[in-house]
Amino acid sequence: MTKTINLNLKVWRQKGQNKKGRLETYKAVDISTDMSFLEMIDVINEQLTHKGKEPVAFDHDCREGICGMCGAVVNGRPHGPEMGTTLCQLHMRHFSDNDTIVIEPWRSRAFPVIKDLAVDRSALDKMIQAGGFISINTGGAQDANAIPVPQEAAELAMDAAACIGCGACVAACPNASPMLFVSAKVSQFALLPQGKPEAAKRAISMVREMDRLGFGNCTNERECEAECPKEISITNIARLNREYFKAGFLSAEK
Amino acid sequence: MQLDAKIPGGPLAEKWDRHRFELKLVNPANKRKFEIIVVGTGLAGGSASASLAELGYNVKTFCIQDSPRRAHSIAAQGGINAAKNYTNEGDSIWRLFYDTIKGGDFRAREANVYRLAQVSNNIIDQCVAQGVPFARDYGGLLANRSFGGAQVQRTFYARGQTGQQLLLGAYSALMRQVGTGKVKMFPRREMLDIVVINGKARGIVARNLITGEIETHTGDAVVLCTGGYGNVYFLSTNAMASNATAAFRAYKKGAYFANPCFTQIHPTCIPVHGDYQSKLTLMSESLRNDGRVWVPKNPEDKRRPHQVPESERDYYLENKYPSFGNLVPRDVASRNAKEQCDMGKGVGETGLAVYLDFEDAIKRDGKAAIEKKYGNLFQMYEKITAENPYETPMMIYPAIHYTMGGLWVDYNLMSTIDGLFVLGEANFSDHGANRLGASALMQGLADGYFVLPYTIGGYLTGTTLEEVTTGHSAFKESVTSVNDSIEKLLSINGNKTVDDFHKQLGHIMWDYCGMARNDEGLKKAKGMVQQLREEFRENVLVPGSKKDFNQSLERAGRVADFLEFGELMLTDAISRQESCGGHFNEAYQTEENEALRDDENFCHVSAWEFTGKDKEPVLNKEELKFENVELTQRSYK
Repeated sequence: MTKTINLNLKVWRQKGQNKKGRLETYKAVDISTDMSFLEMIDVINEQLTHKGKEPVAFDHDCREGICGMCGAVVNGRPHGPEMGTTLCQLHMRHFSDNDTIVIEPWRSRAFPVIKDLAVDRSALDKMIQAGGFISINTGGAQDANAIPVPQEAAELAMDAAACIGCGACVAACPNASPMLFVSAKVSQFALLPQGKPEAAKRAISMVREMDRLGFGNCTNERECEAECPKEISITNIARLNREYFKAGFLSAEK
Repeated sequence: MQLDAKIPGGPLAEKWDRHRFELKLVNPANKRKFEIIVVGTGLAGGSASASLAELGYNVKTFCIQDSPRRAHSIAAQGGINAAKNYTNEGDSIWRLFYDTIKGGDFRAREANVYRLAQVSNNIIDQCVAQGVPFARDYGGLLANRSFGGAQVQRTFYARGQTGQQLLLGAYSALMRQVGTGKVKMFPRREMLDIVVINGKARGIVARNLITGEIETHTGDAVVLCTGGYGNVYFLSTNAMASNATAAFRAYKKGAYFANPCFTQIHPTCIPVHGDYQSKLTLMSESLRNDGRVWVPKNPEDKRRPHQVPESERDYYLENKYPSFGNLVPRDVASRNAKEQCDMGKGVGETGLAVYLDFEDAIKRDGKAAIEKKYGNLFQMYEKITAENPYETPMMIYPAIHYTMGGLWVDYNLMSTIDGLFVLGEANFSDHGANRLGASALMQGLADGYFVLPYTIGGYLTGTTLEEVTTGHSAFKESVTSVNDSIEKLLSINGNKTVDDFHKQLGHIMWDYCGMARNDEGLKKAKGMVQQLREEFRENVLVPGSKKDFNQSLERAGRVADFLEFGELMLTDAISRQESCGGHFNEAYQTEENEALRDDENFCHVSAWEFTGKDKEPVLNKEELKFENVELTQRSYK
């Protein structure tokens, strides 16, 4: 049932990348439990605006859990307390009256803060540029049914492909490692016949780019899997490791 | 101005082949001498950028989000149509063409729609080759499902995330080209003006959303792939940043805007639940494959759905449209839901909802089968409403979802400004007055992968492009006017926020220019929008500064444009004295309450020409000629 609650918010405010940030406290009053978390921030922002203050900057777009644009660390957990849920799909019914909620941006050296809760995640695009694709130009494709793909492989590839590139895995990891993100893309293509010709090159290039960008390495903490809003499995990381070793030992790729 | 759609001659099925032969080619070595600007990175912009770069053009691509992968095509759920006929049901290019033109209520161009159906098969091939994980049958071949407005299963899908997977396919192709250096990517940029020199689009002015810097870029052609204008209604299924600014500013520079009143109301969205609400969430139309739509027969019936016995339920779509049943086109399904609610038979707290019930499907196929098809949609529904749709029927209500109107383009996808091409939802070309489900993805990718790469070559070889730099006076004028409007917004310092105005505008548009319209309401709304616009210009409150990451300022610019654009929609709706597809004027309906077209007087595209700020636009008409299909009253009975 719909009800309203009052909350104490502690929100990270930082004017820019090289500015010093701090937590500021706001009261959120009469928040409907049917609201999404981002709608709750909208309400605070409208109030700040009316008071002549600058609203909290935060990234968001589709608000249906698929674009990967939103995300903040809520009470120490990326995207908040609900399993398999992006921040935009987290509803206030999961909080109680008089809760204190701490809201911070993703924390990782590879994701510098732009302002308040908004961070720069272009490093994720750079890893895709390094090999997260199948090299096919427009126009040369054969009939789509010419290559049958076992249903199970297609389903596993889809599980991996469901990654929305939000960066929560990095934010959750004590090493700030994007291995779950990289492994999801490597797995999607490694599982499909179309991805085989470039499998070795892809694994090596993407891992190398990951290291170059200053991300940490995986030490099997499994925090990423626990916080991933799309519940991407770390078996993908195991697959990435296999692909990487296979490429190193068995292929000519350097 | 006489609008020339440049439709090639010859029989319908041969037009595109013939046109491709007649288009002059740019030799591979010369392609690298051209620079193309692409704005937007959804299915249209992503696929166009990648394909142009593969051909050798230098491409500069801009997007408003932090990454090109976030464009709102990503949220499309249900699927993409193609005339593969893998199901052996007798599908064909001609049938896909016919269904699409009929679904659009005969207000689209035959030649464009036929071409769309022709390239639909290439799209599926291309996407599979890119590694898009479409759903497959046990034998490993591609699976298909049904969508509204068609009686064959021709929709390819990747669970309920087809848009995401297709977009990530286009994005990966784009990223590959960024890696090779052929595409230079500019994320977090908002296009604020088109620069026209000697009648040709030669560049853009964009704001860097992080630093606030106003940047200028030259190009030999500009390609707008900036999506639709559904957010004029404030509440829609569009993403928060979706806006009409790029298209509207192109309109102000001389690109005609076609059929702005053609908007699509999607029948299966999660109902509105509070005034704090920021957006509406769609439940894919694919759910209508297995879900049955019903309301209680008795308006007084306030029992929980399970307590309403079968005999007291009205499965109104199945009863009224026996051959298409729950799979009637979107406009028909939406209007019927409204009609039931208007009769007091709506359900839920607000009475503005109908049931979409899976009980029979779960009994027939088992919960596991339903979960496999729609698991993520059911999960999303439960997250938002805290109700379990496996046990309790979903409640749904229509919401603004897509806009068929857009910048006018010819067969080459070029607008009335030379060198300005418009692709995807941003143009008007293929869906007429109503778009069928699973056709938006098809059109975005058709335009970007398989149409523009050829037609842009024809333009570049056939025109003389003098050298221009960003030092040209046209760039300077544009920058000055962009800066002036930003400073104006920041200086008003009024009492109402941007969202206050946006919500008010949304209410006006939904109430008077929504699912059903009438002349009186439309005229009244026009006055209300004008008044609201005046108030906005005197009383809006935009905090922060321009040289900063300032999301309020971004929204203010977009809402300022919506306040002008909303009036254009109303003007268009008033001038179209007929009902067709998504445009339903209550004065024009059949005895069975279906949209009643007036083919004698309104079988045309209305292309509006900007004449000056706050002045009435001029109407230009492109007559639609139907040589291959017979114009009939749409019937889905």
